[in-house]
Amino acid sequence: MSIALLIEQLLNGLQLGVMLFLMAAGLTLIFGVMGLINLAHGSLYMIGAFACAAVAAATGSFWIGLAASLVAAAAAGAIIEVTVIRRLYDRDHLDQVLATFALILIFSEGTRWLFGSFPLYLDIPSLLQGAVPLPGGGQYQLYRLAIIGVGVVVALGLYLLISRTRLGMRIRAGESDREMIAALGVDIRTLYTVVFALGAALAGLAGALVGALQSVQVGMGEPALILAFVVIVIGGIGSIKGALFGAILVGVVDTMGRFLLPKALALMMPAAQAGLIGAALASMLIYIVMALILAFRPSGLFAAQS
Amino acid sequence: MSRETIVNILLALLLLAVPLGASAMGEPFYITLATRIAILALAAVGLNIALGLGGLVSFGHAAFFGLGGYAAGILATHAFDGVPLFAGIPGTASMPIIWLVAVVVCGLIALPIGAISLRTTGVYFIMITLAFAQMIYYFAVSWPAYGGEDGLSIYVRNEFPGVNTTQPLSYFLICYAVLMAALGLFWLLRGSRFGAALQAARQNATRLAAVGITPFNVRLIAFAVSAMVTGLAGALFADLNKFVSPSMLSWHMSGELIVLIILGGKGRLFGPVAGAMLYVLIEYALGGITERWQFFLGLILLGVVLFARGGLLGLLAGKVRHG
Amino acid sequence: MVEPVLEIRDLRKTFGALKATDSVSLDLRPGEIHALIGPNGAGKSTLIHQISGSFRPDSGTIRFLGQDMAGLDMAARARLGLGRSFQISSLAQEFSALRNVMLAVQARQGTSFRFFRPVMSDKSLTEPAMAMLERVGLAGRAYVAAAELSHGERRQLEIAIALALGSRAFLFDEPMAGMGPEGSKALTKFLDGLRHEAPILLVEHDMDAVFALADRISVLVYGRVIATGTVDQIRNDPEVRRAYLGEAA
Ligand SMILES: Nc1ncnc2c1ncn2[C@@H]1O[C@H](COP(=O)(O)OP(=O)(O)O)[C@@H](O)[C@H]1O
Ligand SMILES: [Mg+2]
Repeated sequence: MSIALLIEQLLNGLQLGVMLFLMAAGLTLIFGVMGLINLAHGSLYMIGAFACAAVAAATGSFWIGLAASLVAAAAAGAIIEVTVIRRLYDRDHLDQVLATFALILIFSEGTRWLFGSFPLYLDIPSLLQGAVPLPGGGQYQLYRLAIIGVGVVVALGLYLLISRTRLGMRIRAGESDREMIAALGVDIRTLYTVVFALGAALAGLAGALVGALQSVQVGMGEPALILAFVVIVIGGIGSIKGALFGAILVGVVDTMGRFLLPKALALMMPAAQAGLIGAALASMLIYIVMALILAFRPSGLFAAQS
Repeated sequence: MSRETIVNILLALLLLAVPLGASAMGEPFYITLATRIAILALAAVGLNIALGLGGLVSFGHAAFFGLGGYAAGILATHAFDGVPLFAGIPGTASMPIIWLVAVVVCGLIALPIGAISLRTTGVYFIMITLAFAQMIYYFAVSWPAYGGEDGLSIYVRNEFPGVNTTQPLSYFLICYAVLMAALGLFWLLRGSRFGAALQAARQNATRLAAVGITPFNVRLIAFAVSAMVTGLAGALFADLNKFVSPSMLSWHMSGELIVLIILGGKGRLFGPVAGAMLYVLIEYALGGITERWQFFLGLILLGVVLFARGGLLGLLAGKVRHG
Repeated sequence: MVEPVLEIRDLRKTFGALKATDSVSLDLRPGEIHALIGPNGAGKSTLIHQISGSFRPDSGTIRFLGQDMAGLDMAARARLGLGRSFQISSLAQEFSALRNVMLAVQARQGTSFRFFRPVMSDKSLTEPAMAMLERVGLAGRAYVAAAELSHGERRQLEIAIALALGSRAFLFDEPMAGMGPEGSKALTKFLDGLRHEAPILLVEHDMDAVFALADRISVLVYGRVIATGTVDQIRNDPEVRRAYLGEAA
């Protein structure tokens, strides 16, 4: 096993982590501020990917597609917030799960209706094609590096937004004390719509970015959603810092597990068998990690309230 | 007799009458439809123990549904091939043994999953049960011995002593009888001391602890019993379709089971039955009209959650009453 | 001297910078009513929560019937005989008053893991539960859901539950609140007799009741016990008058 391969896998893990962070940040923000569990977050990711692919195909520009993905996901988020989600804030989690599950059915079938059942493809923009050399002699896709870069920028941006701006101040107040913020005369309905749309835009961005690495199809949001759940459960629901930490952890553990477990088992058993068991174990690894973390810290690593 | 009891009896009779009539008219398709309803209702009766009585929103019950299914599929495959399972233990095509295995396996797996998940509450519990189910799902997908992603076929439906299970009506009657037995179990459980403690844990866990009953223990047992009933349904479902695949373990399945309960009426004896009837009916009726039936199912579900919270039984029989 | 039933030594608990319990020591002796008074926010409920096991103290010990309570959760303490009522009543809201008490009866019998026999026709549950409701004067409301009882009735129900547990000590957090003068008078009389069954640690704002009932009173201010003594001693304690009754020294 060469160093270059190891670095490549680590970077892949990081890239997966960044993508998960974009999903998880919105989920956890929405939960932290509005107390809502949103299963349809994966649909917003899918909408971002479809919007990007469709607009890029029509205009020939990935970048216009990327902008379209942000707009489409944010708009879809704002629309469902105003029509449906808003009615769920003071319902119990069961109702939230069901209603947002219903939204998934609607979005998935609706998308199939519009775009058909065949996947769309999205090309990596020419600016980001090609590879960069890695220490140790390997090469790494520039586009994946760019995704990691986007993650760093978004994480920084969110940090600045929440710690330095008026909107951020309101978000923090909304997390700790809803009545207070209403009493201060902040229009809490608008605040909620904005937060929801922001979370949706991040999910849409993730979908668009990943769309160029895999096919764009209905159902693509669901695995991402579930991994994002694992992320925020590990990180502590409501905590952006926890989402960042959890996302990187899950991304790296998952990728490295798939890479290393079969190799590690091969030291103990025949290669074919090691491959099978290794792959099966690797697919369960993050859930095992999650279970272990929760066994010791039932409300995650960075729980908002202990 | 309360209005709810009358509605329950009517639902039970209706579910029985449809396949009997269909059989008389030589329409086996409707028998299969009714069998599907009975099995889905059974799975939801299991979940209703945890969710309806205990307030435990398990978003991972597909795990037990699928495990029950795989128990049936794996045992049947080994019986068919004549290859021992392990350590010389043979497979079996006998339903009672398969059911027993399914129930025991689900109970044993539910205990550790429950023990970890029940340390948390609320959204954490929802997500953790979901994550555990996904873990088992991915295991089934990536473990090739029993078909992996493609699933596992059961070549001949398993056997039940004295009954020809390949005949649709006979198989329906088996499933119906199991469903009625499970409803009986639910009814007894709800009215028992354990049921009182479980329902109190949902209403106010602090109160339960203050009288000296540890909510965790009560919930864990309820979770395991709930998983066992759902697992039994899984075994029946595999035999109905003569096929089991990871889709039985998928999170859509978990969602569907919750949907059944909510459509019918949460925590009510016949809620899962009413829900399963409604669900299969919607699926069948809409599916006949449009390929995009799930879109409309989503709209209907949204409407029920937002505007008709008591479900079908709430509509037919009024609010839940406690003694 | 007789062994105290409940013995609290040097208990401390902080919420952030707030010292909610500041080196509290107090005893509950057999047969006594020990009243705990103090202004709002003094830390009375916080103390009850620590004794019953819903909050964990930062340091200090709580001994009940000679046994250290550290490491025992609320349910375990209740099983040992610590019966409590909550300041904000805490009941199984959908259950009737009777079923709430029946839950305590089955808990006391240790029979909660029976799965089949219907409870509502089980005289070994309903009869003792009904008897407890009669004792607190709530028998007429036995079949009313807890959620539909008045504030005062819920307090009575909480006491009936504590009775049904066969408690060896009672922790009552403002049982008279929301009860009205008639109700308070009746409850005062009831508690007066109850002390012979088990001692009572009584948090109460109704001073008439406290002065009528208490064998001893402890005064809690900002998490500290500033005085403990008989009714007369507390009435005449200058520090109490200053800190609690708001008098100039
Ligand atoms: N869970 C908690 N977290 C933070 N502060 C608390 C908590 N519970 C009580 N407090 C604070 O501790 C102090 C004592 O409260 P409490 O024991 O309820 O007083 P009392 O019952 O004497 O009125 C109050 O200042 C209250 O705000
Ligand atoms: Mg208080």
